[in-house]
Amino acid sequence: MENIAMRDAFGAALVEIGKTNDKLMVLDADVSSSTKTGLFGKAYPDRFFNMGVAEANMVDVAAGMATVGYRPVVSAFAIFLALKATDQIRNVVCYNNLNVIIGGGYSGLSDSFDGASHQSITDIAIMRAFPNLTVLCPADANDVEAALRQALEIDGPVYIRMCRNPGPVLDKNPLTIGKADTLVEGDDVTIGACGLTVPMALEAAALLAEKGVKAEVLDMASIKPLDREAVLASVEKTGCFLSVEEHSIHGGLGGAVSELLAKNKPVPMDFVGVEDCFTESGPYDLLMEKYGISSSAIIEKAQALVASKS
Amino acid sequence: MTTKTNKELQALAQQFRINVIKTLNDKGTGHWGGSSSVAEILTYLYFRQMNIKPEQPDWADRDRLILSKGHASPMLYAILEEKGYLPEGTLSSFREINSTLQGHPCMNKTPGVEMSTGALGHGLSVGLGMSLMAARNENPFKTYVIVGEGCLNEGQSWEAIMAAGKFAPKDLVLLVDYNKVQLDGHSKDIMPLDPLADKFRSFNWNVAGKTYNGHDVDEIEKSFKWLSKQNEGPCVIIYDTTKGKGVDFTEDTHTWHGAPVSDDHLKDALPQLKSVLSKWEDE
Ligand SMILES: Cc1ncc(C[n+]2csc(CCOP(=O)(O)OP(=O)(O)O)c2C)c(N)n1
Repeated sequence: MENIAMRDAFGAALVEIGKTNDKLMVLDADVSSSTKTGLFGKAYPDRFFNMGVAEANMVDVAAGMATVGYRPVVSAFAIFLALKATDQIRNVVCYNNLNVIIGGGYSGLSDSFDGASHQSITDIAIMRAFPNLTVLCPADANDVEAALRQALEIDGPVYIRMCRNPGPVLDKNPLTIGKADTLVEGDDVTIGACGLTVPMALEAAALLAEKGVKAEVLDMASIKPLDREAVLASVEKTGCFLSVEEHSIHGGLGGAVSELLAKNKPVPMDFVGVEDCFTESGPYDLLMEKYGISSSAIIEKAQALVASKS
Repeated sequence: MTTKTNKELQALAQQFRINVIKTLNDKGTGHWGGSSSVAEILTYLYFRQMNIKPEQPDWADRDRLILSKGHASPMLYAILEEKGYLPEGTLSSFREINSTLQGHPCMNKTPGVEMSTGALGHGLSVGLGMSLMAARNENPFKTYVIVGEGCLNEGQSWEAIMAAGKFAPKDLVLLVDYNKVQLDGHSKDIMPLDPLADKFRSFNWNVAGKTYNGHDVDEIEKSFKWLSKQNEGPCVIIYDTTKGKGVDFTEDTHTWHGAPVSDDHLKDALPQLKSVLSKWEDE
């Protein structure tokens, strides 16, 4: 399996789309060599704006551009967009339903060595709470390009959450806004994953199968809008749900699914993600393991859920 | 519409003050101090300066105005109504449920409002984005942003001032309604900004050489004459103004930032406002 980083795909897709879409404007906050929007800046210097280390201003500048009919993409680290530009995203971009694409790089624990100050584990919770905002968590490089192309077609703002590090390019359909994709069918437990936890969930499902547990794996890249029908149909079969995300267990994908199921079909649930704590520096894989985001954690919680049904 | 004389604009601005204070009294809510402070500046923009078509609010080449101090919405609404963006009588629905007139301006509810504001500090950034894209148009429009000094307390304002200095959009114009009173008190006690013009200069802005009296239409006219001769942006004009202008007990005090206007207050205020109005009408 080929490994590609989402940011490389993001930069390349921007350059490609920029060939034909002259309304595309790209803004970055002095991290364009990290997020790879610098590739766009090199290709189209007159449509690229380096706004300096000032995320709040950047988001509102993009909003102003959108009011004049342009299609701005703002790019920075996910944590700083979600925290330093929260007011701008809520009060200007979302309130006015403006066509601004927010590309959050280095999401989850993927800025691993930089430590807790740079690790974005509450961005889904924040973004998901804003009306009008579409929230996407692509699973691989192909998804990133698909997310970007669709985001440029729809009316309204879109948040695209991207991992820093190379990850596998999966043999699956590319992301579709509003749709969950069933990657593995099973009737014992539903595992809903997003981002880089999708390949992790696939690995866990294969190992669970060896233990006789038939897990259904949903790729839930479209966190908002959530594919309600897919989730409800799946738990109709399996009777339990395990959410998996590189995010706090509070307010992210697990939160979104809980809200849906609590009202429409309460079933036993559990959550794989960062517990209510701050994380730390270290190699990415070891951090994920330490903070409970791993195929072994998925297997353990899935088995417990299945057991709790009987 | 025939162009109005400066005296007619003075009278018009004063009439807007009266419309606003009556509305605020009627509704028991809304911000008088900052609305009154910006009356002449806004009136001049809408009735003399800006290239707009009220009958076609989405006309692509229109000049844009962002009221970054969004709490002065009643003054903006009074003017939009007079210009014909809003049906006559709309002002009386200010802040009511289901109204087109929100407490703070909302671009998706009120025709003529270019950007929703209310949280301070956003306006200049948005205006920068608009003006950067205007420069790509065949007919570049002007983008005017109005801030108060309280709005300039926000860190984001300085991010925007810094970025505008870098990108230097020719048609971005910042107008400072410098009344030196914020919500909590005088700016010298809350957060002093002087020397303000020097701050803009050091961020590479094109700063009007003097501070103009923002209640004197002759002076405002001069400030825009200065603007018309500028080839380099971004431009900033600082206006000396008085918060709560026109009513003796509301002038230059933060207590009238957002206090409700009671019937007694109105009874006191109206004769003062009206006598100045008739002075302008008689001249
Ligand atoms: C982000 C934010 N913080 C606080 C407020 C509350 N607030 C409303 S107006 C104001 C003071 C505004 O002062 P200034 O910009 O000078 O306006 P003016 O004096 O002209 O009314 C404050 C603090 C707000 N609207 N937005």
